[in-house]
Amino acid sequence: MTTTAENALAEIAGHFGPYGGRFVPEALIGALEELDAARIFAQTDPTFIAELAELHRTYTGRPSIITEAKRFAEHAGGARILLKREDLNHTGSHKINNVLGQALLTKRMGKKRIIAETGAGQHGVASATAAALMGLDCVVYMGEEDTRRQSLNVARMKLLGAEVIPVTSGSRTLKDAINEAMRDWVTNVETTHYMLGTVAGPHPFPSMVRDFHKIIGEESREQVLALTGRLPDAVMACVGGGSNAIGIFHRFISDESVRLIGLEAAGDGVETGRHAATITGGSPGVLHGNRTYVLQDANGQTIESHSISAGLDYPGVGPEHAYLHDIGRAEYRAVTDTEAMEAFSILSKTEGIIPAIETAHALAGAMQVGKELGPDAIILINLSGRGDKDVQTAAQYFGIPL
Amino acid sequence: MSTPLETLFTTVRSENRAALIAYIPAGFPTQEGCKKVIQAFVDGGVDAIEIGFPYSDPVMDGPTIQAAADRALSQGTGAKEVFEALKHATDLGVPAVVMTYWNPIEKYGVEKFAQAISDNGGSGVITPDLTIEESAAWTAAVAQSEINSIYVVAPSTKDARLASVTDHCSGFVYAASLMGVTGTRTSVSSGAPDLVARIRKSTDTAVAVGLGVSTREQAKGVAGYADGVIVGSAFINKLLESEDEASGLIAVRELASQLAQGVREGR
Repeated sequence: MTTTAENALAEIAGHFGPYGGRFVPEALIGALEELDAARIFAQTDPTFIAELAELHRTYTGRPSIITEAKRFAEHAGGARILLKREDLNHTGSHKINNVLGQALLTKRMGKKRIIAETGAGQHGVASATAAALMGLDCVVYMGEEDTRRQSLNVARMKLLGAEVIPVTSGSRTLKDAINEAMRDWVTNVETTHYMLGTVAGPHPFPSMVRDFHKIIGEESREQVLALTGRLPDAVMACVGGGSNAIGIFHRFISDESVRLIGLEAAGDGVETGRHAATITGGSPGVLHGNRTYVLQDANGQTIESHSISAGLDYPGVGPEHAYLHDIGRAEYRAVTDTEAMEAFSILSKTEGIIPAIETAHALAGAMQVGKELGPDAIILINLSGRGDKDVQTAAQYFGIPL
Repeated sequence: MSTPLETLFTTVRSENRAALIAYIPAGFPTQEGCKKVIQAFVDGGVDAIEIGFPYSDPVMDGPTIQAAADRALSQGTGAKEVFEALKHATDLGVPAVVMTYWNPIEKYGVEKFAQAISDNGGSGVITPDLTIEESAAWTAAVAQSEINSIYVVAPSTKDARLASVTDHCSGFVYAASLMGVTGTRTSVSSGAPDLVARIRKSTDTAVAVGLGVSTREQAKGVAGYADGVIVGSAFINKLLESEDEASGLIAVRELASQLAQGVREGR
């Protein structure tokens, strides 16, 4: 391994280079330490490992399959396009990997209540699902703006027995849902586990959530090798907080020939200021308990992000991505709403797969990269979620009457 | 050399009472209005003032302070206004500190921020989301600028950690009376006396209690065991509830005077 690859895997006391760490009220330190101890113990505990593997086999539907997208590939320079089908997981996205792990930890810590934040609703639905399965009370905080954009997922969470609390503070989106969940957690930390849904937040969340998702990269590396006889040239995923991206990237970090490319949401265009491309258009700062790239103004106030995709509409990003970017091990590009929706439409019409709008950003990126790399290239894309939840938004966008 | 804040706690200890510390965010209700609130605090008998740096993502704050911060931010309040309000307070001869989440300090520049506090007569900074593990640069900066660093501890903070955190505190230790966010409560948590007693086992630094104090009776109760009583949301509520600025300021002064009596009745 070169120094870059070795550095990329170095994680010291919850820090990724200068990023990560813990910037939280002292009231939460005890709970974070308890969680860290529980997850570290679980990593080598055969009972935990077997329990989670069994759930993934019989409930999640793992391993998820690889689909080769031959007709879509015609729009991507003829490169070989392989889709890791996390959209086929139970609940329709990669999010289930993390919540099942955290729900098992919650039970081990003796807590009976979970709280979660959600943007697109995917993590909220996954959390409500895990809570139902394991008999935990579940409260989901969701920006009021997002409850409108994703009303179907709100209904799903309620059907699963969760309470959904619309958040009316700030920009009424994901970042404010996280603030509200943190306030709940500070108040109820004795009885409650905060089931954070992405690789952000204070340590140990970025590492723990990554570890629950890294199975995506582990499976797909073997699958791609079996299918093609070699490693892919590029591994691509959309990045909001960055959980699906880190999940598929992580196993490939030490494979130096493999380019890791994260696609951020450029909204109306990074140059317009109306975007959610945190690494592309932000600067280092502290948000939601960790140091990372943040969209912020001269006073360090968080700037509201904009994206057609509720799940990418976040002004921060996981600290490990910030680090992978700085050391040059991963690349981050930005994809506009328009480009993402074009890719959304193309995948739907060429492969019969309606992707989540979040995921469509990765597909749009792959269309560019495929053209750059040409027909000999193999590109692995994390198809992180399905688009059922986005039918209303997409119908509106394409002018289809409902 | 002692900061004005440290001198204050020496004084109130000699008077066998607690200090009343009042909080107002810079830029609230307006920047000029904030200066009038500071004057009303002083007129009402407040001993020290906390100037809040309004922040977009205040996870330790309840709805009242969030509303005040939102209003201040919508008027463009930033570091300049915070330091201006700080100077206004210290020019009146009252010890004053800034309370801010960490990112505005990091964005401003850690050393530069500490020095600006000192240059404007400030005694120190309360950092509710800075953990001691992340505090190396800040600790160096406050030492350089000779100001106090004040950390918030909670009822959930275990004894061993309490000792480490209070080692990093000067001026006073901010004891959060309960597990929760800022805001008025009908009663002050019964966990507060226990927390203060635990803090005193690890440090001689003064201890001030915040979160949930809004009445003279509550101030009196807290003054029975703490060196300082911190009140924020109750003042902001007075301003939010008042029909106009003038009546709001009268209500603030009246509440300050009630609380000032409370902190003298505790022992």
